[in-house]
Amino acid sequence: MTAQSSPPKSLFEKVWDAHVVEPEGATSPAVLYIDLHLVHEVTSPQAFSELEARGLKVRRPDRTFATLDHSIPTLRPDADGNRPYITAQAEIQVHTLEDNAAKNGVRLFGYDAENRGVVHVIGPEMGLTRPGYTVVCGDSHTSTHGAFGCIAFGIGTSEVGHVLATQCLAQRKPKTMRITVDGKLQPGVTGKDVALTIIATLGFSGGTGYALEYAGPVIEALDMEGRMTVCNLSIEAGARCGMIAPDAKTVEWLRGREYVPQGADYDVAAAEWLKLASDEGATFDKEIRIDGSSIEPMATWGTSPDQGAPIVKGVPVAHTEDEERALKYMGLKGGDSRSAAKVDVVFIGSCTNGRMSDLRAAADIFKGRKVAAGVRALVVPGSEWVRLEAEKEGLDKIFTDAGAEWRLPGCSMCIAMNGDFVLPGQLAVSTSNRNFEGRQGPGSRTVLASPATAAASAIAGHVADPRQFMALESA
Amino acid sequence: MSNQESNNSFSSRIVVLPEANIDTDQIIPARFLTTTTKAGLGKVAFNDWRYNADGSNKDFILNTIDASEHQVLVAGNNLGCGSSREHAPWALMDYGFRAVISTEIADIFKSNSLKNGLLPVVVDKATYDKLLANPQQRVTIDLETCALTLEDGTVFTFQVEEFARQCLLEGVDAMGWVLKRLPAIEAYEKANNKEAA
Ligand code: SF4
Repeated sequence: MTAQSSPPKSLFEKVWDAHVVEPEGATSPAVLYIDLHLVHEVTSPQAFSELEARGLKVRRPDRTFATLDHSIPTLRPDADGNRPYITAQAEIQVHTLEDNAAKNGVRLFGYDAENRGVVHVIGPEMGLTRPGYTVVCGDSHTSTHGAFGCIAFGIGTSEVGHVLATQCLAQRKPKTMRITVDGKLQPGVTGKDVALTIIATLGFSGGTGYALEYAGPVIEALDMEGRMTVCNLSIEAGARCGMIAPDAKTVEWLRGREYVPQGADYDVAAAEWLKLASDEGATFDKEIRIDGSSIEPMATWGTSPDQGAPIVKGVPVAHTEDEERALKYMGLKGGDSRSAAKVDVVFIGSCTNGRMSDLRAAADIFKGRKVAAGVRALVVPGSEWVRLEAEKEGLDKIFTDAGAEWRLPGCSMCIAMNGDFVLPGQLAVSTSNRNFEGRQGPGSRTVLASPATAAASAIAGHVADPRQFMALESA
Repeated sequence: MSNQESNNSFSSRIVVLPEANIDTDQIIPARFLTTTTKAGLGKVAFNDWRYNADGSNKDFILNTIDASEHQVLVAGNNLGCGSSREHAPWALMDYGFRAVISTEIADIFKSNSLKNGLLPVVVDKATYDKLLANPQQRVTIDLETCALTLEDGTVFTFQVEEFARQCLLEGVDAMGWVLKRLPAIEAYEKANNKEAA
């Protein structure tokens, strides 16, 4: 006789259920346990102050890790070791986190730590992010960690305080949506193009109230870094989190990293991780399917991440007032080819696309070519580890030979609060995640695209389909 | 217990920003996030819409009104999309707003607002259109009954997540609420092998 099996569960439900300390009631939210809390300098100072005002300390410093990424300069310190902070305030903010971490026994990946970097790049890199975990951080792109089968979401500073004090959050359970990407990607199409296509399909609020699960052959075929890019952008469709079932690739990617179990223990843990995948027959509140074979290199044309289209299709004609306003802000004309508008800045980096595979993809295009006259290109590695690895492979040389700048790791032009920004009216092609008005500096205009497209656009001097450069190489 | 001006019910004129998708970068640009306190952010709320590069005022509604008279912001669809920065509700509250109204309010912004006592009110299109039709009007918002009353007498009943509503009505401290669960949290850690090493 076989045992009565429990009803099929989705990946999300398995991870959620395993973290419920107190279930949700009609008038009270669930108390959800948080396995990993990542902290950075910008959204934490007021939370630490709140703890201090209550006479509390960080409850689980062993589950709390801090890094410097948002407001730090990406230029090297001068001969005396002074760092070129944009303002004295930015420096104070960095020191505030250094103090708070020291006082509370929290490990800080500070300056010169070989693991410092953008919070969502170093979490996985260090093996802090583990399949089946709940992960939070005061940054909305925390959804990145969902690529490892985590429930990972961004929180505000009040909630940062709650987690520091209790390791828990009061949360309502979201609905679930599975996005299945069928078929096979064409050559030259990347995870970023998949993500921009999904967002364009769902719309900026299509994911609101949902936890997303990405599935299907295209998602399975992506490498871990491509999967992180896809999960990273979940918030741009309004969803708080997006996740992908752990598989053999997940297990191999994490093996041997500092914080995962080592040796035989690792295989024991990995066997559990592989059980997290959604069960056959699991149900979702909503399901959508996307044909992956028809996805092409994408670029946004407007001021919201869902305003994107295949590059080959040119700038779309506006159908609504919003779209008209967006095109006007961007200085683009509906019906034009993407080559009609000149690009001023290219930014390659961020937690969306600042990892090794991203830099390799960009370097493949830059190699033996020059950045077009009048274009400023900035390449910012996502972490120290990525920087060192890229330098070992000689990628930095390829970038600088092409005429691009090679910087120290940080968020840089993704959020433009550290002194790296786009000037008013300039058009930037950026591998980051938001193209809002002024996101990359007052009056800046942002086109979101993949690292290959960003590199191709730097060479061409306008938004360019990267396949034209790839085809040249294979010819 | 009818108390005209309490935390739970208040009347104010509205101010309308009809743009859709006002994201957190518009509400407070990232370069102002280097602060380590919550105070004083009202000055830079909508900074790039309010000021020219040289610091002079732009022709923008928030520069022309008396903030104490206009405590309700009505904004286009999908207000507060973008980042998780709690600086956005801090800046709006420091400017003087007590409630924001839109046909759709982004998830994290909504939750951050509720935690700070800035009431996010999601209305239907018909109510939104009536607000826009008379952008000078005075409205009343009552959290007890979840009622938004327009100047023409129309009453719209809005939804607020029940726990957040109770926290606001009864002044429950959300961190304190979770802190009270510490025994259950410890038991969970023990049962799941998650205790500190
Ligand atoms: S790179 Fe951009 S999105 Fe990522 S953590 Fe930094 S600011 Fe946030």
